[in-house]
Amino acid sequence: MSMNMNRRRVLRGMMNGVAITVGVPFLDCFLNTSGDALASGQELPVCFGTWVQGLGFNPGYWEPKVIGHGYEQNVQFEQLKPFTKKVNIFSGMKVFLDGRSAKPHTTGYEVCSMGDIPVQSGSPPSIDSIVADAIGTRTRFRSLEVSADGATGSWSRRSATAINPSEPSPVALYKRIFGPEFKDPNAADFQPDPQDMARRSVLSFVTDQRQELMAGLGAADKARMDEYFTALRGIEGQLDLQLQKPAPMPSCNVPKATEQARVGADVNDALANGKLHAELLAHALACGQTRIINFSFSGSGGGSLIRIPGSSQNFHQWTHEEGIDPKLGYQPNCTFLMDKCLTGFVNMLAALDNIKEGDRTLLDRMLMYYFTDNGYARLHTLDNMPIITAGLANGRIKGGYHIQAVGDPVTRVGLTCMQVLGVPTASWGTYSNDTRKPFTEIMA
Amino acid sequence: MRFAVSLISAIAAFTATTSVAADAQTTGLRRISPEQYRQIVTDVFGADIKIGGRFEPDRRDSGLLALGSAKISVTQTGLEQYDGMARNVAAQVIERRELIPCKPAATTAADDACATQFLGHVGKLLYRRPLTDSELKAQVGAANAGAKNLKNFYDGLELSLGAMLTSPQFLFRREVSEPDPVRPGQYRLDAMSLASKLSFLLWNSGPDAILMAAAESGELGTSKGYAKQVDRMIASPRLEEGARAFFSDMFAFDDFEKLAKDAKIYPLFSSEVNKDAAEETLRTVADLLVTRRGDYRDIFTTKKTYLTPILASVYGVPLPRTGLANGEPDAWVPYEFPKDDPRAGILMQISFVALHSHAGRSSPTIRGKALREIMLCQRVPDPPGNVNFTVVQDTTNPNFKTARERLNAHATEAMCTGCHKITDPMGLALENLDGGGGFRTHENGAPLDTSGVMDGVKFTNGAELGRVVHDSAAATRCIVNRVASYAIGQNAANSNATWLKTLEQDFIKDGHRIPDLLRHIALSEEFTRATLTQTAAADTAQGSSK
Repeated sequence: MSMNMNRRRVLRGMMNGVAITVGVPFLDCFLNTSGDALASGQELPVCFGTWVQGLGFNPGYWEPKVIGHGYEQNVQFEQLKPFTKKVNIFSGMKVFLDGRSAKPHTTGYEVCSMGDIPVQSGSPPSIDSIVADAIGTRTRFRSLEVSADGATGSWSRRSATAINPSEPSPVALYKRIFGPEFKDPNAADFQPDPQDMARRSVLSFVTDQRQELMAGLGAADKARMDEYFTALRGIEGQLDLQLQKPAPMPSCNVPKATEQARVGADVNDALANGKLHAELLAHALACGQTRIINFSFSGSGGGSLIRIPGSSQNFHQWTHEEGIDPKLGYQPNCTFLMDKCLTGFVNMLAALDNIKEGDRTLLDRMLMYYFTDNGYARLHTLDNMPIITAGLANGRIKGGYHIQAVGDPVTRVGLTCMQVLGVPTASWGTYSNDTRKPFTEIMA
Repeated sequence: MRFAVSLISAIAAFTATTSVAADAQTTGLRRISPEQYRQIVTDVFGADIKIGGRFEPDRRDSGLLALGSAKISVTQTGLEQYDGMARNVAAQVIERRELIPCKPAATTAADDACATQFLGHVGKLLYRRPLTDSELKAQVGAANAGAKNLKNFYDGLELSLGAMLTSPQFLFRREVSEPDPVRPGQYRLDAMSLASKLSFLLWNSGPDAILMAAAESGELGTSKGYAKQVDRMIASPRLEEGARAFFSDMFAFDDFEKLAKDAKIYPLFSSEVNKDAAEETLRTVADLLVTRRGDYRDIFTTKKTYLTPILASVYGVPLPRTGLANGEPDAWVPYEFPKDDPRAGILMQISFVALHSHAGRSSPTIRGKALREIMLCQRVPDPPGNVNFTVVQDTTNPNFKTARERLNAHATEAMCTGCHKITDPMGLALENLDGGGGFRTHENGAPLDTSGVMDGVKFTNGAELGRVVHDSAAATRCIVNRVASYAIGQNAANSNATWLKTLEQDFIKDGHRIPDLLRHIALSEEFTRATLTQTAAADTAQGSSK
């Protein structure tokens, strides 16, 4: 007797045998004894993250003096010192406008995240979405987006019609990742939840109506409906994974529940929430829940809402309204906030580096891509944009370099990241921001 | 519980399912707003169903979220949230057995008949049209599969209902067009789409049983029958819901979610004030325009409003507290500012002056820009780069005590003068209200000068500015454009200039009454006919061929 086995039939079969423990181990996913690679000799998977922080730094205060390997951190980047060997600093690069008008606190983000300045309603996918297509399709969450300043937007998108919202609350983030639906990869027993099985089956009834729902739609609406079904496939994929025994992850520890957090743009709240988010995201990566994270410390809606407690101005207002201290040579309040925001980034790196995987750390298999909106926010400039990468992507990228590429498009860094992570692309960006030149000198 | 009761009684009326006509085309696809989601769930299942979770952010386009809703989709994160909310709603609904009009033969097994009866009727209300045969079959199939696997009829029903609430048919308002028998070669909305479009415009929710019955019986297809429904809905108290949804959108009240004030500078601006500020304006507008059928322009001059004691404390007016004895919230009470009080109109309400200010001070420029863009539909350009703003906002500079003095100094820069001329005079007229909505006559000890000129007309204070806006042709043209665009889901100025002109003339003739404007819009061919532009038609052809 021949039988056409489709996914639903398999699932229904599974559900009928609900009382039986379903053993579906990932054949290659058991780790070696040192915990830094799979038993088959394959390395633990690379992960990718973007870090968005509005309003950049003070020109002249962050760029290392030495170009190439073995640089020393400049005064404004001193906090990065413990991670210098895993950090690359990129200076001198710019955003090309090609005659299009610049939105002061938007265009820089757009080109760094999408390689493009979207006009009207179109928009290419952001870099994290492109990377997720390559490395993020086999995890519970395709990507996780958070903000530290209370905002719900992000620069992460599959298209202009599907912009990923950020989670501002660490309490909600904890529930989303480590709530009742979390399956501990290191649990001795595994039994699929009958509810998950039933839900998976029911969702497939919605999926089955796809063709009927697509009929009669114009091209633009069809694309929007496609986004919906892509999202639905993502949820189905989550449930599929819930039904399988997860690969053991020795570095996975379920963190303590986050009970309370005051969400807002007060810099102290942002730092506290940012740290909680950083730890939750690091654990989510360590536990194999996702391979892509997008962190908007501030600036997900342009500029930055971060505020000094008790001050009538926020960071964005300060950049335009604060005088340059003649003795110091910079805007003191702005610089204070820049330093605090960088502390947020350092906290993220520490959270990743604190998770040991054998003799390596999670940061060693991570690649973080830091970008901002302006080279000098006070004047809305789009040249000498501060860009950072952190992490070694399983040794595929070198660390400890200061790359100076004056006048080159910022997209060179994004292209480098994508190629390091195995995205099959030779170029990235549009018009003058289009590049085919990754920084091969740091690619291992 | 309006529809929860009708849900049971109307089950019997539910008989047939439909199928989509072969030559039907989709000419509109809008994601429902969070408020519409809540309203539909309330209408169908009752007000006591709790909806928890975060909705994916909306997008504003040409001044309205309603236009952005025609361009956005759903991300995986957003769908995860919808899925969570849906499962939560479904669990509450199924727990209330009285909402399920039939009983299964056995609770431990699937029951085709009962599932069909329940899902068919609920589906019709949620999808705003009868389910197609294949949709109903799929939903019942889902319920049966769930019941079988979980060995519980109700668990299966819950899963199927949850899937329905996560489906694109529920989350998107789809407007389907059919060939118009009266105008060969043209398209008109099919009856169910028209019912839905009308209901969302007037009530901000899906059609009620009467409207749906009119659609099914063919009554909506006749001019007389359609007009009867339009008049019934405009006469209904539910019109207030529609008006509130529209003005919330137009006035950008979604920004209150992001609004924060510095507690040291504005200690009275509590989270309650934040919550009540938009409500004050919505009550003012609904009372004036819907309940009293007043002149739209009077929203800029009215002395009447509604206050809670907490708002009254910000305004500095006496208002007795109510309701606290039993731990109840304070009631809203009507309030009229005295004739000699310098405040009048919604531009001087907290919802305008606080929403369009910085966290710790007022901003004449932001307020002027908001007035131009929101109330007059005019575009104010973004500021250029390379501007030194230092002098503008240094409130401690002894040479520039008031915002006017600071802005005058700033406007000496040639590149800034042009834009500031079109925003600042109106914003400065509102300087009697600080960034938190409190009243003041001086700033840093210097008396405020609130006089100015808008488009050639002089005023001496905020109330007079309200009068100038009241009398401006731009304000009238703007509201007509906004309501019309909101109704059809696209910027009417781009494609329907003649229609807008006619609507404006009628609006003026009828005494600037919003219900009359809504009636004209609802009865126009531009609303009832499919707005199939050439691009959309080409898109459809291209889309269909793929």
